[in-house]
Amino acid sequence: MNNKIYSVLVENRSGVLSKVAGLFSRRSFNIDSLVVGETDDRNVSCMTIVSSGDERTLEQIEKQLNKKIDVIKVKTFEEPSAVARELMLIKVRYNKSNRRDIMENCEIMHAQIVNISKSMMLIQICDEPENIKTFIAMMKSVSIVEIARTGTVALPKCAD
Amino acid sequence: MTGSDAMARSLKEEGVEVLFGYTGAAIAPFYDSLATETKIHSVLVRTEQSAAHMASGYARMTGRVGVCAVTSGPGATNLLTGIATAFADSIPLVCITGQVNSALIGSDVFQEADIIGAAESFVKYSYLIRDAADIPQVFKEAFHIAGTGRKGPVLIDVPQDVMEASIGKFHYPESVSLRSYKPTVKGNVVQIRKVITELTKAERPILCVGGGVISSGAVKIIREFAHRFDIPVVSTMMGIGVMPTEDMLYFGMVGNNGEPAANQAMNESDLLLMVGARVADRAVNRPDLITENKVLVHIDVDPAEIGKNVGPTIPIVGDIRHIFTELMEQESLSKVPENHSTWLNTLYAGKKSERSVPAASDEYVDPKAFYDALSSAMDEDAVFVADVGQNQIWSCRYVRVRAGRFLTSGGMGTMGYSIPAAIGARIACPDRQVLAVCGDGAFQMSMMELATMRQEHAAIKVIVLTNKRLGMVREYQHMHLHDRYEMVKLEGDPDLKLVAEAYGMPYHRIDGKSALDKELGIFLRQEEAGILEVMIDPDALTPR
Repeated sequence: MNNKIYSVLVENRSGVLSKVAGLFSRRSFNIDSLVVGETDDRNVSCMTIVSSGDERTLEQIEKQLNKKIDVIKVKTFEEPSAVARELMLIKVRYNKSNRRDIMENCEIMHAQIVNISKSMMLIQICDEPENIKTFIAMMKSVSIVEIARTGTVALPKCAD
Repeated sequence: MTGSDAMARSLKEEGVEVLFGYTGAAIAPFYDSLATETKIHSVLVRTEQSAAHMASGYARMTGRVGVCAVTSGPGATNLLTGIATAFADSIPLVCITGQVNSALIGSDVFQEADIIGAAESFVKYSYLIRDAADIPQVFKEAFHIAGTGRKGPVLIDVPQDVMEASIGKFHYPESVSLRSYKPTVKGNVVQIRKVITELTKAERPILCVGGGVISSGAVKIIREFAHRFDIPVVSTMMGIGVMPTEDMLYFGMVGNNGEPAANQAMNESDLLLMVGARVADRAVNRPDLITENKVLVHIDVDPAEIGKNVGPTIPIVGDIRHIFTELMEQESLSKVPENHSTWLNTLYAGKKSERSVPAASDEYVDPKAFYDALSSAMDEDAVFVADVGQNQIWSCRYVRVRAGRFLTSGGMGTMGYSIPAAIGARIACPDRQVLAVCGDGAFQMSMMELATMRQEHAAIKVIVLTNKRLGMVREYQHMHLHDRYEMVKLEGDPDLKLVAEAYGMPYHRIDGKSALDKELGIFLRQEEAGILEVMIDPDALTPR
């Protein structure tokens, strides 16, 4: 199983998201994450889809996406050639004995505490998907209350 | 001018002459405008599914986009199987559905169905029109999308208030420019030259032709190509008719239900040109193994088909007619051998002619004997529409296509396709003999269209192979379910003689005692539509 990131420029029309998402379910393609947002042109949205599968499946995904009439352009890349980021908000329960630890971990991982109460803190982290996973693993030893993740957005690295 | 007037005018601009449909509150304004604004003939079907099948038969015979229009809710959902059938076989349709008032969409009112959502996975594209001013643009785009590239059905859903809204001046766009839709027409010349190099080297080349050859209008050039280079041809089910059945270079249909000689030819070839065919499981037993001992060239208009089921050695994307025209103009073609008699002789040796069994009893007709007689008796350019079931396999294997056409539901295998598709075909070609050949199961799925046939004076020759069984499934039970015949016995069937009489049609019957040629002659020669019932042994199997 390989991973691939699809950056898909689509017409910003109603129903396009369901057409693209429907394509994945209809053809049994995986969606590991899917993020949609407007681009600088308000008629065009960018969908960033992360999928996994064997090589033939990953190629079919690209071809089938290209077949969709609302799809303007499909770019694909693997993580090493792209800058990929995900934002996560994670709420953890803390106490006196582990508060320091948590703060240290945040520091190491460049995460910020953005909200805090007597027993809980809300941490924000924006990083490569791999580091998000690592951070979750680190926080598991504490006590995770809830998590919200945006899914991956990515663009290919700069090349002149 | 209202929205529905604009819909009617748009169809007129597209040169539509006939459409198929069923009315209802949400589509009534459209039919009203159609009658007042245009001379387009609308055919009233008896159930909506048939409207799509008729449009399909019409599209396949005219080479143009078929049109159907039905009402919202159940009208639209009834159409779905027809849309899916057209999608599976890449038949160009524009399907118009009425929708409830825009303001009510999403509130589950009377006769509301989210048809766009329901049809999403088997339309090429769909539109829900929100603003009547968009109608001309949407129609122009819909016809363009349906009829270009890999053809297919496009759905236009129009709320009733949009049809009733008034719009200013009607202006039909002259051209379409969709930045996200530009199908490839011309094939890559470098790839084409690679094919010629392979053709020069190959000792055992073969062409496997699919429905794409017919839909791109490449039949003539493919025949020319095969004959010039003496290359044997096999076909998928959708490609039947690309070569005349009795052409010396044609070895029949491939696949699980195909001709052994055709499968052998494909297996033993060292260069396989797949042209306008999907390499689907019904045609190729193990697509993943096909490239083991051969060079595979895959030519298709749809880039997603190439490599979907099998990775080709040389892929070419584009319109088949363009690609072969280009190929035939290449200078290097002079190096390609124009004689493959050694290879052909091997194949002829493997081509055993199947003997027809004389009627085993007075009761039943042998299917092969029947098709032999029918093939001789029907017009040279007859349009033969095969249904689905054992009869489809018999039709594919036994009917001899000469200058005619062979239509069937290949991809979806929709029972009940033949009668409505035949009506569409006959309306497209009123001077040609059109036959609908079905089993007694499929007949009962579409017999309501006998009324449409009558209303339209469409003189279809309906041939029903009666075995009082759902024979294809029965055969499956025989092979795989230890002869446990569940759910396949048709009891309580109507007397077809009385059915024919009820619809004012002549009825003929053929059994084991009949003089086939004589009876078929009488049946086919009559001017009007008629039903011929052919008694088939319930134990009869399709050929292996």
